[in-house]
Amino acid sequence: MDAPDDLQYTRTHEWVRMEDGIATVGITDHAQTELGDVVYVELPKPGAALEVGAAFGAVESVKAVSDLYSPVTGEITEVNAALNDHTELVNTEPYGGGWLIRVRVPADVAPENLLTAAEYTAFVEDIGR
Amino acid sequence: MSEPLVFEKSATGRVCARLPLCDVPERPLPDLLPSEALREDLPLPELSELDVVRHFTKLSQHNYAIDLGFYPLGSCTMKYNPKVHEVIARLPGFSGIHPLQDPATVQGALALIYGVEQALAEIAGMSAATIQPAAGAHGELLSLMMIRAYHRQHGQEARRVVLIPDSAHGTNPASAARCGFAVRSVPTDGRGLTDLAALEGALGPSTAALMLTNPNTLGLFESDVVRICSMVHQAGGLVYCDGANMNAIVGVARPGDMGFDVMHFNLHKTFSTPHGGGGPGCGSIAVGDVLRPYLPVPRVVEMEPGRYSLDERRPLSVGRVHSFFGAFLVAVRAYAYLRTLGSDGLRRVAEHAVLNANYVRARLSEHFDIPHPDTCMHEVVISASRQKARSGVRALDISKRLMDYGFHPPTNYFPLIVPEALMIEPTETESKETLDAFCDSMIAIAREAETDPDLVRSAPHSTAVSRLDETAAVKQLDVRWPSA
Amino acid sequence: MSYVPHTDGDRVAMLRAIGVERIADLFAQLPPEVLLRRPLSLPEALDEPALIRHLRELSRRNTSGEEAVSFLGAGIYDHFVPAVVDALVSRGEFLTAYTPYQPEMSQGMLQAMYEFQSLICALTGMDIANASMYDAATAMAEACLMLVEATGRRRVAVSRAVHPHYREVLRTYFCAADVEYCEAPCADGRTATDPLTQALEAPTACVAVQNPNFLGVIEDLPALRQCAAEAGARAIVAVDPVSLGLLKPPGAVGFDVVVGEGQALGSPTAFGGPLLGFFACRSEFQRKFPGRIVGRTQDAAGRRGFTMTLRTREQDIRREKATSNICTNEALLALAASIDLCALGPSGLRGLAELSLQKAHYARDVLCAVPGVAQVFDHPFLKEFVIRLDTRRSVHDVSRALLGAGILAGYPLGEAYPELHDALLVCVTEKRTKAEVDQYAQALRVAMEGGAA
Repeated sequence: MDAPDDLQYTRTHEWVRMEDGIATVGITDHAQTELGDVVYVELPKPGAALEVGAAFGAVESVKAVSDLYSPVTGEITEVNAALNDHTELVNTEPYGGGWLIRVRVPADVAPENLLTAAEYTAFVEDIGR
Repeated sequence: MSEPLVFEKSATGRVCARLPLCDVPERPLPDLLPSEALREDLPLPELSELDVVRHFTKLSQHNYAIDLGFYPLGSCTMKYNPKVHEVIARLPGFSGIHPLQDPATVQGALALIYGVEQALAEIAGMSAATIQPAAGAHGELLSLMMIRAYHRQHGQEARRVVLIPDSAHGTNPASAARCGFAVRSVPTDGRGLTDLAALEGALGPSTAALMLTNPNTLGLFESDVVRICSMVHQAGGLVYCDGANMNAIVGVARPGDMGFDVMHFNLHKTFSTPHGGGGPGCGSIAVGDVLRPYLPVPRVVEMEPGRYSLDERRPLSVGRVHSFFGAFLVAVRAYAYLRTLGSDGLRRVAEHAVLNANYVRARLSEHFDIPHPDTCMHEVVISASRQKARSGVRALDISKRLMDYGFHPPTNYFPLIVPEALMIEPTETESKETLDAFCDSMIAIAREAETDPDLVRSAPHSTAVSRLDETAAVKQLDVRWPSA
Repeated sequence: MSYVPHTDGDRVAMLRAIGVERIADLFAQLPPEVLLRRPLSLPEALDEPALIRHLRELSRRNTSGEEAVSFLGAGIYDHFVPAVVDALVSRGEFLTAYTPYQPEMSQGMLQAMYEFQSLICALTGMDIANASMYDAATAMAEACLMLVEATGRRRVAVSRAVHPHYREVLRTYFCAADVEYCEAPCADGRTATDPLTQALEAPTACVAVQNPNFLGVIEDLPALRQCAAEAGARAIVAVDPVSLGLLKPPGAVGFDVVVGEGQALGSPTAFGGPLLGFFACRSEFQRKFPGRIVGRTQDAAGRRGFTMTLRTREQDIRREKATSNICTNEALLALAASIDLCALGPSGLRGLAELSLQKAHYARDVLCAVPGVAQVFDHPFLKEFVIRLDTRRSVHDVSRALLGAGILAGYPLGEAYPELHDALLVCVTEKRTKAEVDQYAQALRVAMEGGAA
């Protein structure tokens, strides 16, 4: 299971990359493996407000639906349009081309309660046990 | 060799049905109907009668059924569907009557509905029943509607939460949501039963009801059921029994006696009516006195012995959930079954259903993890966790490999609280020989999972098609011919 | 007698393998206070010959189509069903099969459902059809709820010309789902457009109508669709599938959902059940529609196969967020409908509709030639029409008199439509002969004379 060090993670299997006040969010390699082939991604529109911990959409495979929970508070600036026709990117490039949303995070609010790659990896191993 | 679609076998100009000639004076179509209301073409396939017979006969040969073999689907009760019921259902006095005929002309039908409803109420240990719902989920929905109406009638509209165990069938929360209820999950404890402390914590002034399957989806009897019902009543809620698993206790115990206020039956499970590839069913419900006024209309009432009429004037009724009376011919089959079995016969059903499931449990216990290994009722839940850990072979793979052994797989991945679950319900109509053949196959597959896991993971090998691309089925959606 | 095959030897061997003494030990989990200590109070068990005798006797207490000529319609129709339908549908491989969750072993049923879906789309002119619902009433209720969710408007306008049972079911479902039910009146037997437009002034999810409507009248579907569109509402129509042998498919008129009762396609009148609801909609609803659906795909070797698809909408996966709670549907009746449509073919289905049309119009003419009898609505109709009986006798009395003459005269409308308390809904399908219709008229003349002013 892949979990790049430069990202932060949630217990609900989302990852966050922070760059200049913009958070890019996706689901982890573990999540996409458990789900199977992604066939549909349900996301809000740009401009929508997000609250940390709130459900903001869902990722669907043939046999399961996984709700998505926001790791940050802010406003959605961009939604990955490539997923309209290529949902498989979530499986093949979960940390790259399979990103889901970009969120503008207010400068004075730092995302908290996020896990490091090592903490997330340990968390996933614990579930497995 | 796959069978072409009917559209692919169509040939322009081929005619099948022979309709009578018009024996009344014919008037020109434009005189009778406005031309803008008429269709231009009618793209239905054109086949000869022999084409139709061969096509559907061939399709039937690509289909597994109880008449062919064992169907150990947990919670589905795939028991033998008696052929005599098919003869009875086709009697013109049942199949050739119209539901809106004057009740004086359909006394036999009303007597039958009345008889089934009385019998179901007795089996439930409750005071009345209705055959109106067309499926278990429909019966659940009706029950929840009645519960909601009851609370509204008693000024308890604030009761909008339905408690549902985490092991429950998906129709339970789906039905609750349809009734405007919020769903709160109640955990299952280490015994495989409802966690009483968690239930206590969840009960309160917003509780409308608890939905409980008993025996539950792990195949275990909720031994605290009397206390559970009492707890819910004390909190002001009502208790619904999901009766999908009645095959374990018919004639042995009655949900009404346990404290349940309402329950549903699946006539197409416990009462032997055929599944038909997905339906028709009949999800009759039974109720105690508390909910009786809310039953749907019309009710069949006995004016005097042998004389029946319809009661539509029930001011507290929730209304209707189905047109006409419900699945009458399904009720006819269930009635015939009840008249065949009688009380003793029903009790034998439960006894042998439970015997069969425990026998399977005993035979498989060394080869598969069994979360609750000491006993079960009419179904046993085993897990492929051991196989998954050792060689990556999952419940899905074992299911597919069973097809190569000539069996329909058990229920997969349900209940959700057991990883790699396989739920096996043999039913009472299967012989020891069949059970042994099934267990031998399961054991052989467990062995294959060790010695040749790829064989299992790539199964089935002997069916006309192997595993289908389910992802493509969604992403390149093709749900009709011609494809859009 | 319980179809249990076990011998005493089997029981002994099995109990030994399990490790208990008696079967009763297997029920040890049950608390003693719930164990039933007496037999159930049920009628005594019957052997097979006695069972058949008993059921036959019960069935003879009913007046069927064999004893009386029926002019009853009102949503359940006695149309010709070719013999091949029952012969094929009673094959054990279909009858005793389960839902095709394991596609590799169920290609027969899955393909049959795909064909059913295709046939419904062909008939209705819609993009997607599901694999069946319980009946037209619940299909209509589910369609309304889908459009309520899709539009966010919790109000539905239903025409009074929709079948009274369907409207009752809608009221029941809407009450549970907190959706406002608004009834749009009819005028002269049809949904009235001006009152409908007024009714739609409040934000409404959809309009629900029926065609031909319950009173047999053919509605002006384009006008009704237009009313709805102007108010930003969607539109649902419940149709008689046999009528689609002649009438324009609602898909061509811009309806969002088409539902209907498929009973007449392959099933007998059966005292009203089991029934066959069909549901077809535009492709824009493909993630929101209720019910099972079968899709075409292939296996790894490229062989064509069919499988249940779009499963994440369904209750077992989506649970409380499912598009419906439906699980068991009416698969065997859907199969019967497919076989029926294939056995009729386009010329046969059109033939049923045309013969019914001609015979119903002939019946209207000869019945209205009886003094005191008049057609109520002056609009195009297909196979059902309403007649008013101007007599001192009640409609029920006249009906009973006709029953004495071996005729089921039709459906008295007074209960569902109080203003039509002196009227009957008469249905004539292709199965009624000219002689039967003439006989009806003659008997009606006698019955009416008995109550003439």
